[in-house]
Amino acid sequence: MIETVASAALAVNENLIIRKRRIRHGDSPMRLSFVTGTHGDELEGQFLAYLLGSFLDAHIEQLDGTVDIYPALNPMGIDSITRGIPMFDLDMNRIFPGTKKGTMMEVVCSSIIDDLLGSDVCIDVHSSNIFLQEIPQIRISVPTAEMLVPYAKMMNVDLIWVHESATVLESTLAHTLNMHGTKTLVVEMGVGMRITKEYCYQLFEGILNLMKQLEMWHGEVSLVREPIVSINRQVGFVNSDAAGIFVPCVPFGSTVKKSDHIGDVLDPLSSKVVETVQAVCDGLLFTLREYPVVYGGSLLARILMPEEESA
Amino acid sequence: MKKTTLFSLKSPYREQLDIIGYHFGYGKKALAIVGALRGNEVQQMYVCSRMVQTLKQLEASGNISEDHEILVVPCANYYSMNIGKRFWAMDNTDINRMFPGYELGETTQRIADGLFKKLQNYEYGIQLASFYQPGSFLPHVRMMDTGFTDTELMKQFGFQFAIVRKPRPYDTTTLNYNWQIWETKAFSVYTNATDTIDEDSAEEAVHAILRFMLSEGMIDLRVRPGYMTELLRESQVKQIHSEYGGVLVSCVKVGEHVEAGTVLGRILHPFDGELLGEIRTQVSGTVYFVYHSPLINEKTVCYKIIK
Ligand SMILES: [Zn+2]
Repeated sequence: MIETVASAALAVNENLIIRKRRIRHGDSPMRLSFVTGTHGDELEGQFLAYLLGSFLDAHIEQLDGTVDIYPALNPMGIDSITRGIPMFDLDMNRIFPGTKKGTMMEVVCSSIIDDLLGSDVCIDVHSSNIFLQEIPQIRISVPTAEMLVPYAKMMNVDLIWVHESATVLESTLAHTLNMHGTKTLVVEMGVGMRITKEYCYQLFEGILNLMKQLEMWHGEVSLVREPIVSINRQVGFVNSDAAGIFVPCVPFGSTVKKSDHIGDVLDPLSSKVVETVQAVCDGLLFTLREYPVVYGGSLLARILMPEEESA
Repeated sequence: MKKTTLFSLKSPYREQLDIIGYHFGYGKKALAIVGALRGNEVQQMYVCSRMVQTLKQLEASGNISEDHEILVVPCANYYSMNIGKRFWAMDNTDINRMFPGYELGETTQRIADGLFKKLQNYEYGIQLASFYQPGSFLPHVRMMDTGFTDTELMKQFGFQFAIVRKPRPYDTTTLNYNWQIWETKAFSVYTNATDTIDEDSAEEAVHAILRFMLSEGMIDLRVRPGYMTELLRESQVKQIHSEYGGVLVSCVKVGEHVEAGTVLGRILHPFDGELLGEIRTQVSGTVYFVYHSPLINEKTVCYKIIK
């Protein structure tokens, strides 16, 4: 059943409509919500939404409960390859919880929250941005770690990154839902404007496993991987200091040693290497720059240090 | 006047970005004025250029007070301005969401950091600010109430209105907020234009800033008197939203006084011209914001009235 979650009139003969699909079977009151498409340039969740919905359709008798799929919280953004909300230049993930009496996007965000509240678990799928590729990971703020890490471990991701909470992140969908008692897991994986099929399949297995643990799924599940949890580990950031073209020379997702050569920043005009990029620490290269053009400050890589070094 | 480069950034394909500052007077850091942080803030840059002109004359005639240094930074983001973008062109990030900045961080964090280091330790800070929606404002001054800056100080600008607002989570990364955290008394001055130049409101802003400088003893100059400023909380401003999407035809101008019940604008069907609805005000007061785009969505702030 396809339902309208929020709708607002645009200027010329069109409505902005946020839709979801509800898939229901059995008597269980359990409800899982799958949301994605908050950032219009992140598309990994589109394929995952399809995988999940079509699989449940084909095996509906094994579902016990409700699965709601919200593929596009920012449909105009996806339609126009715009990360934020077109025309507003606003990041939709900075407007939550919204207000009922506010402006168009505040009202839309408020309706989305109302609709999602009451889910037992919500999965909010992001895919980095066009600049960086990310291994499948779940990001959790420190205050919610105790509540969320056990669920995140069910999700077949490679990494659970528990990070400090920042004030600006209080206006995200996940923060709003978590503060209202709806457990929300933020997945980051892949890269913007692309679909990485293997990651989508990996997460799909994780979602089925989560549903199994929630007793919403009676079918088979595969064994999920044990994620690395970032607690007691530090993250090393590699930023470019020069401007030019970044070309990595190590595979994404590999383990590196401090000072390893991981890439170069090149100047196409002078034909010179303007910066030799080295690993700032030992560890797992879980973020790597995808978009080649860099300025001073551009993030090139993130490295998760092993446990013993951080202590 | 001393012209300095406050921060530089190399680009792979363009001339180096140099954030330029104009310094007037000598001694203790009295006031920093910041113009465009975004590529569409042309009016904000223009007001700063007018301030540079005025301060140059004041300095030449010896009318900048002893032991007062004033810094004007007309534009921190001309890279975006030159290519018709609002935010940092490479990653669409907003420099005014990156303060206090981070020296080892992303590009716009580095810009914010480099700039902010030069903007610190001034007693006062004024940002020529813009609103995210297309529209015009009655020129006014506002500040975020962090408890640090005395709101009464805003009266010295002599604008008709001064507005105090509570900071929201997303405000914590703005220049204004961080100025206050680092103990600079910070104000935002709004004029009624952004991507176009409005000579009258630019003039009004320049005079208001000069009035403020005069009452703080930074300059010696005859400035035409301003208003007895009315100090308002945000809650005293009534926002009026559109109830339809369509073509907006406004019937009022910024600064007009309206009675409750007045029709402020009409929304027409974009194809057949039928009237979809009238926008009326339920309160009497002064129109202080008018939405300025022919096309309007439902639930858009189209007017603000000071009760
Ligand atoms: Zn995202």
